[in-house]
Amino acid sequence: MAAPVIDRSATASSVRSLTLGKALNLGLRTAMEADPKVLVMGEDVGKLGGVFRITDGLQKDFGEHRVLDTPLAESGIIGTAVGLAVRGFRPVCEIQFDGFIFPGFDQIVSQVAKLHNRTLGRVKVPMVIRVPFGGGIGAVEHHSESPESYFAHTAGLKVVACSNAVDAYWMIQQAIACDDPVLFFEPKRLYHSGFMKADVDTAATPQPLFASKVLRRGSTATVVAYGPSVKVALDAATAAEEDGHSLEVIDLRALSPLDLGPVFESVRRTGRLVVVSEAPSEASLSSEIAARVQQECFHSLEAPVLRVTGFDTPYPPAKLEEHFLPDLDRVLEAVDRSLAW
Amino acid sequence: MSSPEQWTHPEPRGGPAATAAAPTAEQVIAGLRATSEGGPELVQLLTPEGERVENAEFDRYVADVTAEDLRGLYRDMVLVRRVDREANALQRQGQLGIWVPLLGQEAAQIGAGRAMRPTDMAFPSYREHGVAWCKGVHPTELLGIFRGTDHGTWDSVETRFHPYTIVIGNQVLNAAGYAMGQRFDGKVGDADGEATMCFFGDGATSQGDVHEGFVWASVYDAPLVFFCQNNQWAISEPTERQTRLPLYQRARGYGFPGIRVDGNDVLATLAVSRWALDVCRQGNGPVLIEAFTYRMDAHTTTDDPTRYRLSDELEAWKLKDPIERVRVNLVRHEHAEQDFFDSVQAEADELAAELREFCFSMPEPPVGQMFDHVYAEASPLVAAQREEFLAYQAGFAGGEH
Repeated sequence: MAAPVIDRSATASSVRSLTLGKALNLGLRTAMEADPKVLVMGEDVGKLGGVFRITDGLQKDFGEHRVLDTPLAESGIIGTAVGLAVRGFRPVCEIQFDGFIFPGFDQIVSQVAKLHNRTLGRVKVPMVIRVPFGGGIGAVEHHSESPESYFAHTAGLKVVACSNAVDAYWMIQQAIACDDPVLFFEPKRLYHSGFMKADVDTAATPQPLFASKVLRRGSTATVVAYGPSVKVALDAATAAEEDGHSLEVIDLRALSPLDLGPVFESVRRTGRLVVVSEAPSEASLSSEIAARVQQECFHSLEAPVLRVTGFDTPYPPAKLEEHFLPDLDRVLEAVDRSLAW
Repeated sequence: MSSPEQWTHPEPRGGPAATAAAPTAEQVIAGLRATSEGGPELVQLLTPEGERVENAEFDRYVADVTAEDLRGLYRDMVLVRRVDREANALQRQGQLGIWVPLLGQEAAQIGAGRAMRPTDMAFPSYREHGVAWCKGVHPTELLGIFRGTDHGTWDSVETRFHPYTIVIGNQVLNAAGYAMGQRFDGKVGDADGEATMCFFGDGATSQGDVHEGFVWASVYDAPLVFFCQNNQWAISEPTERQTRLPLYQRARGYGFPGIRVDGNDVLATLAVSRWALDVCRQGNGPVLIEAFTYRMDAHTTTDDPTRYRLSDELEAWKLKDPIERVRVNLVRHEHAEQDFFDSVQAEADELAAELREFCFSMPEPPVGQMFDHVYAEASPLVAAQREEFLAYQAGFAGGEH
């Protein structure tokens, strides 16, 4: 009998195929291993591993003083995290669902965002607030919202949104390492999607946190998206190809500060821009992008900047959400309108 | 006249059900709410007449306080009051945009402030000028907040005196988190342990953040002393608009000790604060202290208390003045001569002159300052706005516009 051949390549490799949720989990774990001051805190993040299991296994491995199952109050989670940050910790707070962040809004806007400025830079607030956001999971009210614009509007906060497993793994670590408070938005409907599995190379060099990224080159029109809408934009680009349209797709990644350089460069080539976001359009990130692009690319635009967004209504009951959320057809229709201008 | 304790009965079989702690018609006619009476639970070591009364539980916490120490507490209170009056006058003269007086709360703040060690952390609201003094923050460092040049210039890390917090109650949660951190750092558990003191008022006790702070500190056994100065008024609203129950009794519902101290008695406040900090250092925190005191001046210089309270009430509280009772005690026991009182007064006048001089010579903040320290890691958006605005401003320099 021949001796068994042990294939070591799988274990030696730094590449793993991960869902977005598992990539976040691994990113959190790596950050906690690297820095003993990193704490994870939130409702049900310990034994349960969070309602989405993003913190699965962390309390078991790092202990109850590193992974805190907190009392059930969001202002308390954020407010005590501020005190812990002042003390020298790097708290990572989990807000269970987007629609539950508002009890903590006062602490975020009044303390998290302003303490560094108030103290003339003497006190840093290096905390991360993780927020599963967006719709598409058939949930009840308050579980499908996109509140990112509130935070992008607030000076002193940084805001990012990941759209895929590779970014999720790196961006969460970079956000934790950042000396500013970071609102970290996670597309909850993609957490466990098998389609979104990706090869994450933990030995790779990541791109900077606050940088947008061109995901697909194109020449007909530019489509900008972030978070869950990136997949919609990519699907639209694939479909558009059949009609002979070549769409350039850009994932913003950073929502505050925005990194619009690549968007300007793209729009100067294509002359057309469609912004996709689940958030209602009024006074939003999509309006900010439209304003900045018309300011910087005025003479290159062949058509007005168009937006495909959630409506300016409360998020609807689950049976209606497919009509509320931007989808492939609405994006393609907007591209057609832009081209027909 | 009934005390607040008689208006309310927290125990299930202790009497009739609790009702809103409103004054009776009789009390209103008498011209006084019962706010001047702290009730039988009040811890007091120095009566308003300056008599030292024994207290079996708390005497030992001030057994080491010598005559010199008592003179020191007197000096602290006189200096802080002088600073307060000077700043109030500076506002009246237009040198400050607003001032937040502490008049009447000197004993509460000096007693608590002097109980802390340099390793203890303090989280103030915005009236804690006396605590600031004890933490080594010079009064001139407070002025920028009220003159509108900055948000306070002291080093909150070095002094362990957090920036003033203006949103009511926010700092209570921040303090709870900091105290949790002291515990996580292993700095709690013996007489050398660290602790945190958090300052807020009677009005703040209605805030959700204060409730959540009580919850967090208790379930994480945080070494946190909640120091509530019940000065009877939240701008125009009396304490009975915030609570049915004497505030210190709320602690029981959260599972930690609560105590009411005469906040106009610096010795009692020192004793009770030392006890509470001790409990926390040993790892048995948190503790709630209700310092029963009185805001003798307005909420701020923009406020007009004559619209909502009777002058008789102020007169009644003047008889309980925190400084006078210490002076009387020192004189009665021949612990201080007139020379001492004169020298403290002279020192107070000097400090006031220094404050005034400093205030007059404060420079206008440079316009670029507002773009500073928005982020620890610079933001291109803020950088671009700074550059654009400074260029715009520079356009006026030569008079072209």
